[in-house]
Amino acid sequence: MKRDPKDLIRYTAPERANHWVVGMAFILLALSGLAFFHPAFYPLSQFFGGGVWARILHPFIGVVMALSFVAMFFRFWKLNLITPADKEWLGRIGEMVNGDDHNMPAAGKYNGGQKLLFWLLVCCIALLAVSGLVIWRAYFSALFPIGMIRFASLMHAMVAAGMICLIIVHVYAAIWTRGTIRAMLYGTVSRAWAKQHHSAWFRQITGGGK
Amino acid sequence: MALQSLDIKARSATTTPSPSVRETLEVAKLIDISKCIGCKACQVACMEWNDLRDEIGTNVGVYDNPADLTAKSWTVMRFSEVEVEAGKLEWLIRKDGCMHCADPGCLKACPAPGAIIQYSNGIVDFHEEYCIGCGYCITGCPFNVPRISKTDNKAYKCTLCSDRVGVGLEPACVKTCPTGAITFGAKEDMIHRAEGRVADLKGRGYANAGLYDPQGVGGTHVMYVLQHADKPGLYSGLPKDPSISSMVCLWKGITKPLTSFAIGLVALGSLFHYITKGPNEVSNDIEKEFEE
Amino acid sequence: MASLAPTFGRGAMTNHWVDIKNADLVLIMGGNAAEAHPCGFKWVTEAKEKRQAKLIVVDPRYTRSAAVSDFYAPIRTGSDIAFLGGLINYLLSNDKIHHEYVKNYTDFSFLVKDEFKFENGIYSGYDPEKRKYDKSTWGYQMGKDGFVVTDPTLENPRCVYQMMKAHYSRYTPEVVSNICGTPKDAFLKICEMIAETSKPDKAMTIMYALGWTQHSQGSQIIRTGAMVQLLLGNIGVAGGGINALRGHSNIQGLTDLGLMTNLLPGYMTLPSEAEQDYKGYVEKRALKPLRPGQMSYWQNYGKFFVSNMKAWFGDAATQDNNFCYDWLPKLDKNYDILQVFENMNQGKVNGYICQGFNPLASAPCKVKISGSLAKLKYLVVIDPLATETSEFWQSHGVYNEVDPSKIQTEVFRLPSTCFAEEDGSLVSSSRVLQWHWKATEPPGEAKTDPEIMAGIFLKLKEMYKKDGGAFPDPILNLTWKHRQPNSPSPEELAKEFSGKALKDVTDPKDATKVLVKTGEQLNGFAELRDDGSTSCGCWIFAGSWSEKGNLMARRDNSDPFGIGQTLNWAYAWPANRRVLYNRASCDLNGKPYDARRKLIGWDAAAGKWTGSDIPDIKADSAPEEGISPFIMNPEGVARFFAIDKMAEGPFPEHYEPMESPLDNNPLHPNNPLARANPAARVFKDDWETFGKADKYPYVATTYRLTEHFHFWTKHSKLNAIMQPEQFVEIGEEMAKEKGIKAGDRVVVKSKRGFIVAVAVVTKRLKTLTVAGKKVHTVGIPIHWGFMGLAKNGYITNTLTPFVGDANTQTPEFKSFLVNVEKA
Repeated sequence: MKRDPKDLIRYTAPERANHWVVGMAFILLALSGLAFFHPAFYPLSQFFGGGVWARILHPFIGVVMALSFVAMFFRFWKLNLITPADKEWLGRIGEMVNGDDHNMPAAGKYNGGQKLLFWLLVCCIALLAVSGLVIWRAYFSALFPIGMIRFASLMHAMVAAGMICLIIVHVYAAIWTRGTIRAMLYGTVSRAWAKQHHSAWFRQITGGGK
Repeated sequence: MALQSLDIKARSATTTPSPSVRETLEVAKLIDISKCIGCKACQVACMEWNDLRDEIGTNVGVYDNPADLTAKSWTVMRFSEVEVEAGKLEWLIRKDGCMHCADPGCLKACPAPGAIIQYSNGIVDFHEEYCIGCGYCITGCPFNVPRISKTDNKAYKCTLCSDRVGVGLEPACVKTCPTGAITFGAKEDMIHRAEGRVADLKGRGYANAGLYDPQGVGGTHVMYVLQHADKPGLYSGLPKDPSISSMVCLWKGITKPLTSFAIGLVALGSLFHYITKGPNEVSNDIEKEFEE
Repeated sequence: MASLAPTFGRGAMTNHWVDIKNADLVLIMGGNAAEAHPCGFKWVTEAKEKRQAKLIVVDPRYTRSAAVSDFYAPIRTGSDIAFLGGLINYLLSNDKIHHEYVKNYTDFSFLVKDEFKFENGIYSGYDPEKRKYDKSTWGYQMGKDGFVVTDPTLENPRCVYQMMKAHYSRYTPEVVSNICGTPKDAFLKICEMIAETSKPDKAMTIMYALGWTQHSQGSQIIRTGAMVQLLLGNIGVAGGGINALRGHSNIQGLTDLGLMTNLLPGYMTLPSEAEQDYKGYVEKRALKPLRPGQMSYWQNYGKFFVSNMKAWFGDAATQDNNFCYDWLPKLDKNYDILQVFENMNQGKVNGYICQGFNPLASAPCKVKISGSLAKLKYLVVIDPLATETSEFWQSHGVYNEVDPSKIQTEVFRLPSTCFAEEDGSLVSSSRVLQWHWKATEPPGEAKTDPEIMAGIFLKLKEMYKKDGGAFPDPILNLTWKHRQPNSPSPEELAKEFSGKALKDVTDPKDATKVLVKTGEQLNGFAELRDDGSTSCGCWIFAGSWSEKGNLMARRDNSDPFGIGQTLNWAYAWPANRRVLYNRASCDLNGKPYDARRKLIGWDAAAGKWTGSDIPDIKADSAPEEGISPFIMNPEGVARFFAIDKMAEGPFPEHYEPMESPLDNNPLHPNNPLARANPAARVFKDDWETFGKADKYPYVATTYRLTEHFHFWTKHSKLNAIMQPEQFVEIGEEMAKEKGIKAGDRVVVKSKRGFIVAVAVVTKRLKTLTVAGKKVHTVGIPIHWGFMGLAKNGYITNTLTPFVGDANTQTPEFKSFLVNVEKA
């Protein structure tokens, strides 16, 4: 549905679908993973039909997330290459967090913070996928030495926790920056939003006009 | 082996105290390798008492059979031919199985509440109905003991016959051992008995005879009398100074509260950021610019 | 057993299992107690823990017993006489013997006939054609008084001591090492350790089993061990003895009850062809004392025999018909297992009843056994399990390649109960008759052995009654007074063995005093009579079920003297004595040599022998009467010189196994007759089935594993799990030479056939240097076959030679030659 023809298209439908597959997989993984991680979260396993089902499903969902993330990676990696402007943006991130974006350099489709998050998530998922394979007891653990399994277990837990933090930041940033979430829901943003938050991108696709 | 118990010292993935009013005697099984003839009666007794029947396997070029611990072989004899002194052959035969550590790595690693129980008598027992089959116990164990069943995906290991011990009997392997190489009783008494055996072995020329009760895991409730206590590795790779791996300690130790705290902090931080800084909206100027 | 009786008078383990805990030194040789007798072996571990006893193991393999030993030495299989002969030489030349003991309780001082000779490995009287000795020169010099001439000074060169010393002086440590492959220093170290036990307060026990028995010279090996123990004064004492560990739970009971072709119950012997005369038969066996005042207990042979015949034939056995003596078969030769299969192979046997026996797996040279069975008209197999023998006619792939269409033998399989499914008694190695109770009902159609035999017997009897026959008398007159004739109860049979009074039995000193009333159970063999007034099915079991009840069922384990003498636990033959020849544990005055381990002692005040055991001597005979401890021997003493009791000579001599890696006997290199046992019986056609070292260069030995019991437990899942698949053991050096790795499959071939098995490569089989030659040993466990739950395997006895010990015809399973190749 396109109500306002002036709105800018930020994500295509396949891009959005891809994102949400990753996103949903992540939520399921975080819930089931936390259940194994700390007794306080064990009741979360009930969402999956109990601990055994959580244990069975978690790695398969992990495969789904990893593969769909790979697809997403190839869609977006070029857009996330860090430029000198991004470095400056990142240098001024304190001001941004403080709610003052006057001095922030003009951001392209993604600002420095988003790009950093992208690359951090790439690292996290790569590490999670590899370590997850090593500790997937039903099929793969027997192939690895015990020291590696122990290291992988530790790695998987720490990286997962880190990734959860990153995603919280990611989600919060989307909520905080009003008018953002619709980009991932139905693909468009307002021109004002684009000019405000991603002025370089705005210029690029509109040629500076209104 | 689940029995209603009031003597639980530790329970996996549980942060509050478990029923522990009943105080029991700390027990131990003492395996005197210098008296063991490797007859495997303990293996058979274990299978008989616990109603287990492992596969009829193959011979892989050694006496050991079944060749390794399995979900249905909770104890196996490991045969090792060594020449400690040149020309003096020894056939060291070690009964392998759960050591029932005072500081059990399996219990520490287990994510399923109540799937692993440590009783006040020292027995570390798996309650398979709560087991989720993740295999973390294997990751946590310094002795490579638990095995996941290929049929039901639960982890199994020696229970130290907690069902027998609970009603005042000795474990089945102890009952059957024909040479008295396996004895069972109060841990204190077993240590005392071991001292006598070690003295006997020293008298026979085993200068480094000693008791294997590794303190790295807080001591064990299955102990060995070794002819060569200085080289436990001779006994089919018995670890010299076993302890729970530092990886596992990090993973199941500080990482848990620290990262949980961090996640909470980020979530709360975000909330308070919103409350203190307010939403990041499009500025009025730009808004107006596009309204026109 | 054919070696201990010629030495001590009785063919049985001298001591008992629990008594092993009293030892200061344990020698395991020719056996592997930890492996084959793990439960009994606990007493070795007890001795080690509680008495700081030492354990020596001498074996071709570093065994499970060796794993807990204090000292181990390797030996080439079949060379034990050389080793033990060297030990005798060491003890004699270093004067490490128990002087008082050997002087008083052995034949040390007896003079041997001047005609007796030993030249170049052969004793006087040898007939190389028949491979037999005329033993007339193998005897003592007899005095005019009818007693043996002795020389108490031991200086006469014809006295046993001097002759033995000369005989074994050839067995120097160098010779021993050369023949056995045992390193000289290891041999000497063992000699030193053993020599220590010549002290009166030190005891060594020897534990042996089939590793000594199953050789063509097996009986002589055991005798050499017995001689060592005599020299050390270790026979008749607590913690001493020579202990034959029996493999089957009731194999001791088998020989006790005379289930050998030449035996009657209680070690009485069947008459030979020449002995048609009853009186002569008894007189020859009722031996008169050879020294003054000795008991020579076999003097009572007539009482044992008559009571036995009364048990068998009841009222039909009378003084007038010599108690049915004529009904007994008279032997032309022994019908041992090898002889029977030889006859079968020659087509001379129509039917064979195989009861609790699996000869296709258990007898040597499978191809001969299989071929022999195929020549039968019928075969009856009575067994709890579906044995290989019962399936010999069926093709089981590579494991039993036969063509059933070419075999006409009709096979009947009669399922029987196993021990846990029936009441009854078993006789342990310790000679203890122990009653046991049924634990569970037998499965399916299984019947007890007595029930099966009763069925066959009653049918035969009916047929004989109806149709007559050549000789129906023994069948028609056999006592069969069972409440259920088709199912004699174990209680009835046990009471029959123990014996009862058919008329009042009175005190020989006072005819008015009735010892046992008519119909009552007897208290012991002293009450047996030769006038037909008593009945006893096995005289040595007499008293096991008396009027006091079933003494075999007693379970009182109280041990008042603390040395494991539990006299109220079950019942030991003879007369509930636990340690045989226990009179020898005391000096001439009846004082124990070691008071801490007192079995018996003379209590002058009470006028009798008292102690922790039943005295193995007339209980009220004072030491001054001079009755010597070995009461079954007419000499009263134990024999170093076996007179005519052994087939191959009075002193054991080392001979090579029938198949040996050496071309000659290093002791007699120039005499081919003395290469292997000159008296071993070899059937004509079997000579060519023996291999030589050129084609079969490796020494092989077969044995049992803890995980299995013979060919039975492969039918049990738990045992099959513990040791699922057939394997052979190969030393590392040999494996390297042949390029064999652990887990490889190898072909082991003898001249009689081959097997294929997994190779276990081990440090525990050392390559030995024998007569300047490298000798590799291949170890072959026996337990697999083509029936049961374990993985199918080849019958190990495909490989073994068809030759037995010259005395017992026990097959030579322990040494033969093979070749090994990677499969």
